[in-house]
Amino acid sequence: MLEVLFIGLSLGSILLLVALGLAITYGAMGVINMAHGEMVMIGAYVTVLSGIWLGANIFVAIPLAFIVTALLGLLIERVVVRKLYGRLLDTLLATWGVAILIQQAVRLEFGLSFLGIHIQGLGPGLQNVSVPAMLQGTFAIGSQDINRYRTFIILVTALLALATWFIVYRTSIGTQVRAIIRNPKMAAACGIDVTRINALTFAFGSGLAGVAGVMMSGFKTVFPDMGTSMVVDGFLVVVMGGVGSLLGSVLSAGILGEINGFVAAATNDILARAVVFGVVILIIVLKPKGLFALKGR
Amino acid sequence: MGISRRSLMKNAAALGAFAGAGLPNLWIKNAGMAQAAAGTVNVGVLFSLTGGLSIIEKSLHDATMMAISEINAAGGVKGMKINAIAEDGASDPKTYNEKASKLVIQDRVPTVFGSYTSASRKAVLPVFEKRNNLYFYPTYYEGFECSKNVVYTGAVPNQQLSNFIPWIIKTLGKKKFFIVGSNYIYPREMAKVSKILIEKNGGEWIADEYLELGHSEWGSMVNKIKGSGCDVVLSNVVGDSVVAFYREYKNQGLTHDKLPICATVTSEIEIAAMGPEYAVGSFTSFPYFQAIDTDRNKAFVERYRAFVKDPKAVTHHALESSYFQVFLWKQAVEKAAEITPTAIREAVKGQEFDAPNGHVKIDPDNLHTYLTPRIAQWLPDGQGKIIDAYKEPVVPLPYVAYGETESNLFCTAKGLDTAKLKI
Repeated sequence: MLEVLFIGLSLGSILLLVALGLAITYGAMGVINMAHGEMVMIGAYVTVLSGIWLGANIFVAIPLAFIVTALLGLLIERVVVRKLYGRLLDTLLATWGVAILIQQAVRLEFGLSFLGIHIQGLGPGLQNVSVPAMLQGTFAIGSQDINRYRTFIILVTALLALATWFIVYRTSIGTQVRAIIRNPKMAAACGIDVTRINALTFAFGSGLAGVAGVMMSGFKTVFPDMGTSMVVDGFLVVVMGGVGSLLGSVLSAGILGEINGFVAAATNDILARAVVFGVVILIIVLKPKGLFALKGR
Repeated sequence: MGISRRSLMKNAAALGAFAGAGLPNLWIKNAGMAQAAAGTVNVGVLFSLTGGLSIIEKSLHDATMMAISEINAAGGVKGMKINAIAEDGASDPKTYNEKASKLVIQDRVPTVFGSYTSASRKAVLPVFEKRNNLYFYPTYYEGFECSKNVVYTGAVPNQQLSNFIPWIIKTLGKKKFFIVGSNYIYPREMAKVSKILIEKNGGEWIADEYLELGHSEWGSMVNKIKGSGCDVVLSNVVGDSVVAFYREYKNQGLTHDKLPICATVTSEIEIAAMGPEYAVGSFTSFPYFQAIDTDRNKAFVERYRAFVKDPKAVTHHALESSYFQVFLWKQAVEKAAEITPTAIREAVKGQEFDAPNGHVKIDPDNLHTYLTPRIAQWLPDGQGKIIDAYKEPVVPLPYVAYGETESNLFCTAKGLDTAKLKI
């Protein structure tokens, strides 16, 4: 029973890890960022590459991946997303295109493979990240064996969620972000530099995805397509939680994770997946704005 | 839009089928003659060079091309050079079908080498059956197929399991099986055969569970394995799910010395992708491993690495079949009176070849291949140590899950005997 609870918690934390960045870009900025999964993928590749070329372990990769993906996010915001605010469907298409570009860039080793140059750790193949021994296997609490890596993921997710909460609700930049969520024009009229805050928010959301990628690389395969399926799960969480609500995302990730864990334990994984989708549909039908709706944009 | 390429192809296919139905031999024979006159023989090579499956299919493509270039370097076939027309299946069955039609109808090749997944093979099958052309399929698959237009050079379930299950029960002394797989036809058919063999050998299976294809969240499943009381796990998991499965297995504290994973799909490629430390001590059953300790195989691995210009490239079962099937085809062409799909098919029956894995032979009845089952235990360097092997190649039985035996074949040169097949 305790084990099932723990697995549910772990599933929820993985969902939240991906959804956290989306909750910010989609919730705060009204951008459907289809390239979010690719940010996760880039984070995973940063882990692979820093392991191969710098000999760095997964702990070093976390800040590194955050910086790389945040800068990439900033670039995408400056070049593409900035011109599309307020055009929800256009952001979807444009970022989908960006996603394909990023995937192919990794697959073609940034074009170098055309010249016959190969960089170890890039290309279309499967990559793997070696996990430090202290994160492998289990540790015991009483008579329970607890999975170390999953505990690590839960801790990192909790820390990231707390940090995000702190930035959004306890700093002056966060106050400006929340003002923009409510009404960007009014926020601008009050003297908030909306374009600058938007760019920073997008970069921060992308950076969170990068950290998610580091965590994923430890127990999944790293390959160019890995982000595509994750972005769907991320949107499920955000939409169910209520767009723009951090608490909503945290709760809906937890709920979906536990439902998945319990149904999978009682029946099987395939049915569990169907039940999760069913629950999301039901909630969207009953509460179209999600569990915790904010009035805004 | 006007006439799109696809609708043009469809019309061409329909027209071709019409013409083919009326005078099949004439049409195809002329194609063969035309190729012979030019001093080259065209063949199709159809694997996914893009998309999710390209990781593995690219290596099958490379092995096929390597065999063709070796044959050409040694003087070709019947004094003619083989000209490979390569197409990209793009990891998409529909694209596979279109490209197969293009190769058969437009390029008029007498044979195509291709496919990794059963889905892509099923997608091209109608093209080859309607046009009476010939397809060489190199991958291990679930059986349950009896087409006279396909030559199957990978293992069928009895060639991966008939030694594996008795060995697990008798040598490892494990009796309670937890069967786990990806949710599609191959793992489900493998499970069916496994259950027959487990019960025949005095073991029992206590669960038969599946995870969605391509999914990699194994938390619940591994927890279930832990609590099930099984003493061995039989894995038919495929693709990148394999990696996440072995990692989660270790992370939940399970070890291969107490509760080994015995797998039918985990090859050198998956081991390299997960990091060998997660698989050390687990077992896999295949007719070919890179570690086969013969001069012929070592030379093959060296040649392959030189061909793809990667000193660390790994070889695996489907790759090796992709390679040797071209040589079987070459021998058949040399024996055949004319270069037509029908003549090549008749000539390939009973062809034998010394492949890197050992002696192989095409069964004259079902066009599948005699292969030697082997069991390997994975070592820390990512290679398998071969700890059990059949003395000689085993007869391929594509319908073994439905009661087919060597003395009671379901699939013969006359086609499938449906009266024997009880589902």
